Amino acid sequence: MGNIQLSKDPYNIIITGVGGQGNVMASRVLANMLVKKGYCVTIGESFGASQRGGSVMSHLRVSRSSIWSPQIPRGRADVVIALEPVEAIRVLKDYGNPEVKILSNTRAISPVGVIAGELDYPSMEEIKKSVKELASDVWFIDATDEGLRLGNPILGNIIMLGALSGVGVLPMDREGFKGVISRSIPEDKIDINLKAYDMGEQMVRV
Amino acid sequence: MSYLIDNNEGARYLLMGNESIVRGALEAGVKVAAGYPGTPSSEIIESLSKVGKEMDIYVEWSVNEKVAMEVAAAGSFAGLRSLCAMKQNGVNVASDFLLHLAGSGTRAGMVIVPCDDPGALSSVNEGESRYFARLVEIPLLEPGDFQEAKDMAKWAFELSEELRQIVMLRSVTRMSHASGNVVFGKLPVSDVHAEFKCDGFVLDPMEGIMTSAPVDYRHTQQQEKLNKAREIFEDCPFNTYDGPDSPELLIITSSACTLYSREAISILGLKDRVGLLKLGTTWPLPPKLLKKYLSMTDRIMIVEEVLPFLEENVKILAAEMAPEIGVKTFYGKNDGKIPMVGELNPDIVVNAIAQTLGIDYKAMPDEYANKAQGVAMAGTPSRELTFCPGCPHRASFWSIHNALELDGRKGFVCGDIGCYTLAILPCGFSSLKTTHSMGSGTGIASGFGKLGGFGFDQPILSVCGDSTFFHTGISALVNAVHHSSNFTMVILDNSGTAMTGFQPHPGLKVNALGDEVPSIDIEEVCRALGARVEVRDPFDLEETRKTINQLIEDKQGVNVLILRQICALSPEKKGKKKYEMTIDEEICLGENCGCNRVCTRIFRCPGLVWDKEKEVTRIDEVICTGCGVCADICPAGAIKKSSVLKEVA
Repeated sequence: MGNIQLSKDPYNIIITGVGGQGNVMASRVLANMLVKKGYCVTIGESFGASQRGGSVMSHLRVSRSSIWSPQIPRGRADVVIALEPVEAIRVLKDYGNPEVKILSNTRAISPVGVIAGELDYPSMEEIKKSVKELASDVWFIDATDEGLRLGNPILGNIIMLGALSGVGVLPMDREGFKGVISRSIPEDKIDINLKAYDMGEQMVRV
Repeated sequence: MSYLIDNNEGARYLLMGNESIVRGALEAGVKVAAGYPGTPSSEIIESLSKVGKEMDIYVEWSVNEKVAMEVAAAGSFAGLRSLCAMKQNGVNVASDFLLHLAGSGTRAGMVIVPCDDPGALSSVNEGESRYFARLVEIPLLEPGDFQEAKDMAKWAFELSEELRQIVMLRSVTRMSHASGNVVFGKLPVSDVHAEFKCDGFVLDPMEGIMTSAPVDYRHTQQQEKLNKAREIFEDCPFNTYDGPDSPELLIITSSACTLYSREAISILGLKDRVGLLKLGTTWPLPPKLLKKYLSMTDRIMIVEEVLPFLEENVKILAAEMAPEIGVKTFYGKNDGKIPMVGELNPDIVVNAIAQTLGIDYKAMPDEYANKAQGVAMAGTPSRELTFCPGCPHRASFWSIHNALELDGRKGFVCGDIGCYTLAILPCGFSSLKTTHSMGSGTGIASGFGKLGGFGFDQPILSVCGDSTFFHTGISALVNAVHHSSNFTMVILDNSGTAMTGFQPHPGLKVNALGDEVPSIDIEEVCRALGARVEVRDPFDLEETRKTINQLIEDKQGVNVLILRQICALSPEKKGKKKYEMTIDEEICLGENCGCNRVCTRIFRCPGLVWDKEKEVTRIDEVICTGCGVCADICPAGAIKKSSVLKEVA
């Protein structure tokens, strides 16, 4: 997995979700893994007010040679990691194209309008159908549910990173992941994160 | 240990723009740093505070931006390189001092870093700090990428020292909060001694007195410094050109717009037709450099955020040079090619260039765009911003709203800046009816409270956070008490500067460096000022509501209600549930209850979900923080709380 060459330069990744899902953490871990492999990575992040229940997006531009705009141009995402399924569709509307690959979590986080019964949240079947219509390769992963089984739903983001490694489009590997998190999270949390990463990798291989 | 102090010259790191600025300041040997938290600037002082002890730097979160700049200036006056950081509107707060500081000049290198927020991604304004540089006549630098943010920050201190003038290094959200690769330089070994020399000849810049008077003399000095900066900028490596010798179109840009412009040229494949002049020194503009590039072509597009600052200044130079360089056609904000409002992105620049040069460009095939649009319209419910699950503000505004409804005299709330600004939205029951700057809700309430003589009889409330209280709320309260205004100030005390990441403020026992410090008791301060003060826990809904009703009945003087409850995201609380919440599905009758689904339709905590199929409310166990408040809003008693203190792994 660690020796994969980028199919495009820059290779554009979007990690999307809802405030509080560990979106920013996931994007920084992934970016650091790629920097350690010698790539130039630019990340554009939206956080701040959007942490309070809003959609959160990180744009990663991976390049052999240069820095790119922290905002991916319209229609130019290569892979989208959606920590929340409806966010995948929202991203595709602006950044999708017929070749895009999608990895999506299946755990819905209801917007307040849905909680209030004013808006409808589409069924998982509808979401799957829509995403498949708009992307070339699609993986749906029960990342939050598996995270809960490991003891903390927040591990869903690491499971998704493991899954991204598993689909084999980026030069990611377990050692690189371990190296990066060793510097950013407490020692007693490393094992559980590695477990989550492995789990994600396995889930797309089955 | 923070990687920002790795003494690892030549190593490559992934840094956020704010961290790059910090690294540059560290490489310059910064010794004093102060600021007030505000997105997107907060990580600058925060990162410095984490390395302050190891690097022997004095770092503080000041009470407001003006004091932060004054604290930093003291460092410069005493011979220590200093920095102050703030969000864009912080410069407004500090501007009175800034004007005078620009007049007095500085000694050791001093840099002000305002982080603007084009598009107001985390603000209620998209104010420009660049105009302050022109207004108070100080040099302005704008980094165009992450490496430059570091290199320029370091250079800014040297420039400031050479000119004996404060230098502004302006960032924007997409620079401050974006990340990219940065190669580290060397960290200096510094051994400095602080002393304020003030016994020399009064006008001596290094040993005299620090003041902006006599104004004619100091102002002349200031102009000379600006002229010197202009000369230095003529050969500055942060001004670069990329493109052909005679481009059809010359783009002049700065800051994050450099990255958008470069990408736009690349997307359209116009490297041989369009030139890109990227300016790092945007005030004062270097005229000879501008003349050289303006002479290359007759068509010039200026790409910048937010207002046409660069555009206006370039046009002035072009008008002066017109006899030599000829008449130019400009594209940008004024002709509408580039929008005057909001942040830019590569697509906006692509469209502006394509339109100017008559090129057809489509970002997406029509068929795909239509399909994606159709799917999104049908299946993506919008995400309205809301208070976090377990947020004390939801409970506070619930009681405020209910008290005002019960009172029935068209009472309203004046707000200001913090997470509680969201109470202009349904998540705060649309309670806030005015929202402007820090502390301004209480100032406005102070004014409303004096209108009784004109027949004004609506109850008035102001809300103000604990950090905001110290920032500017306190002066508004002093004004109100002194003028016998009549209203109730509600202080939403969640024990920290929660919105920006729990920076300490004067009400807490800890400072930016983690030292124990004396705390200032908001309750005692308000009492000492002469206000009637009540303190409640906003999670006690009934008691809070009753107190508000009593206070707004009061026709005399200023009342203060402190609603004290720690933020749900605070390190003390996060991941710990006080209550396990459940729904008794036998009791919850949903739409048939007569409650009109008050929990999910009005209270709207994200932890409560309306289950359409089962027609009952349910608790989302992943989202719920176990604050227990919703148990008290259900009239049927279907929401149950049982006491636990559970720590999530």
